[in-house]
Amino acid sequence: MSLFLLRRFVNYVILTLVATTFSYILASIFENPAARYLGKNPRPSNETIARTLDRYGTNPNTPVLERTWHWFTQLVFHGNLGQEYDGTSVVHDMIVRSGVSLQLLLIGSILGALLGVALGVWGAVRQYKASDQTVTYLSYLILSIPVYVLGVLLMIVATKFNDVIGTNAIVFTGQYTPGTSGFWSILLDRLSHLLLPTIALMLTSAASYSRYQRNAMLDVLSADYIRTARSKGRPRNAAMIRHGVRVALIPMSTFFAYSFGLLVAGSIFLEKIFTWHGMGELALNSVNQNDINATTGSILYVAILILISSTLSQILYAALDPRVRI
Amino acid sequence: MALTNLEILEEPEPSAAPLSSSAKNAGSASRGKLIWLRLRSTARFWIGSIIVLLLILWAIFGPAFSNFGAGDTDLLNTGVGPSGAHWFGTDGIGHDLYVETALGLRISLVIGLVGGPLGTVIAAIVGAFAGYIGGVFDKVVSWFIDLMLVLPSFFILLLISPALKKLSWVALVFFIPAFGWMIMAQVVRSSTRSLTDRDFVKAARFMGVKTGTIIFRHIIPNVASLLIIDATLGVVYAISSETALSYFGYGIQAPQISLGTLIADGTPGATTQAWLFLFPTIALVLLLFAVGLVGDALRDAVDPTSGVTRD
Repeated sequence: MSLFLLRRFVNYVILTLVATTFSYILASIFENPAARYLGKNPRPSNETIARTLDRYGTNPNTPVLERTWHWFTQLVFHGNLGQEYDGTSVVHDMIVRSGVSLQLLLIGSILGALLGVALGVWGAVRQYKASDQTVTYLSYLILSIPVYVLGVLLMIVATKFNDVIGTNAIVFTGQYTPGTSGFWSILLDRLSHLLLPTIALMLTSAASYSRYQRNAMLDVLSADYIRTARSKGRPRNAAMIRHGVRVALIPMSTFFAYSFGLLVAGSIFLEKIFTWHGMGELALNSVNQNDINATTGSILYVAILILISSTLSQILYAALDPRVRI
Repeated sequence: MALTNLEILEEPEPSAAPLSSSAKNAGSASRGKLIWLRLRSTARFWIGSIIVLLLILWAIFGPAFSNFGAGDTDLLNTGVGPSGAHWFGTDGIGHDLYVETALGLRISLVIGLVGGPLGTVIAAIVGAFAGYIGGVFDKVVSWFIDLMLVLPSFFILLLISPALKKLSWVALVFFIPAFGWMIMAQVVRSSTRSLTDRDFVKAARFMGVKTGTIIFRHIIPNVASLLIIDATLGVVYAISSETALSYFGYGIQAPQISLGTLIADGTPGATTQAWLFLFPTIALVLLLFAVGLVGDALRDAVDPTSGVTRD
């Protein structure tokens, strides 16, 4: 069993490395780092540009494969992803920025999964009642709203709310207010900034999880073992939770892994909307700035997240389903 | 497709008679006919289809009803709210938002309605060939699919966006499905593997029918219902991808407009000039909602046992 998981994990690690290397090649082909200097006034000489680009390992005159090999060996043997165009180490920047991004991603996705599972179970138990129908149509509606639009809509609501109560109760620009001091006020300030993006991410993921959890739960509810548990004298709720929810979660663990990619993309959009200086900003801006190293770094960040979520979902699957634990 | 569907991940019940033969034996209710019968009685299907149809008609003919054309600027009425002359208001340089929204919807619709099904076609062909041929070819294809699934399609599109910007928007119609067929291909592949051992496929093979013919005549018709659902939800995927790319400036480039660029333009003033943000947003949400309803109704019609059996 653990051998199986280990094999899967090694396979994922190889896939991640290959995918990131391909991304480096793609970025090297399509991004033009020299463009950054050509627009400068006075325009640096070609030699200066070439020397600078050489330093970053992004000189277009060096063959792509040679650059890729250099980048790959640096990554594998030194854990080094090169420098951004302003000289910052990509790895260092990624550590700082992913700290920012993970707050939103983790809190939002965990709350979203919990809420989604709870709503799905609740909807399945109350199938076709008014409350189930309301949740169903609301989740259809939320699923039809792109997450960045949802973020802007929440901003509008918060602005109106602030206007009505007359103070800036909900703050939503950036990740924190500069100059806040004291442990509690800093904590409160952070939470206040987290509120809107977290709600947006949570609603989106909860909407999709609840749909699948509801279907999975309905399949389970008509199963014989639920009836058996009931006829043994287990109370309805206990039978549902102990025998129902646990089984209905098994297909969900696969779905978590599949949907996590969309969630990562969603959180990156939200960071951009709420002007957080996280990985999302790096990913989106680096492409415009023709920063090959930073682009590949942010791609690696996404690939690692997917790697972790896939592995976790495998473990979750094994934990929930005794049949795979042989 | 990037859609992640548990129902889709399950293997379908292979029907011995391919869907394409349903017209010949009209007497017995074929699978396709049954699906249509069930579909006909779902309100969601009709509501969704009618909304989509109306949106298509509006995108085509809507601009004709306005006194303003594409790119016209009304310099006397810049940045005004909805009025008799400008039904959806105007933006800062006097573009009529009613016309702009319809034009943006056009591009989003084309990308969705062409790009979505295109992804399904790729998925069907790749999945069916990999599953039917098996062996090394299957191994290579499966590995390649796994590799492409490491990155969400948005990021691959982001990576190649510098090249996409130089091409016309039509390129998006092909590039969006090019990175959104993998999950469905996995599903088709696993269904194909179970179909390969069925008698009607074996019979065809032993009679010497060519591989390509078997796949297109026997395998793909048997997964057709899955493919139809996937094509529908693929429309949602394609439109969402396009609008997200365009919203952040990596998709449709000015002077072309899509719902994504319109929403992006409306965002800064969302609290003060709400119409700039709201009208394109409503068009997009309505479109995605309606297509989603159709897809959901289709899924229920194809697999009526999921989610209704309960004592």
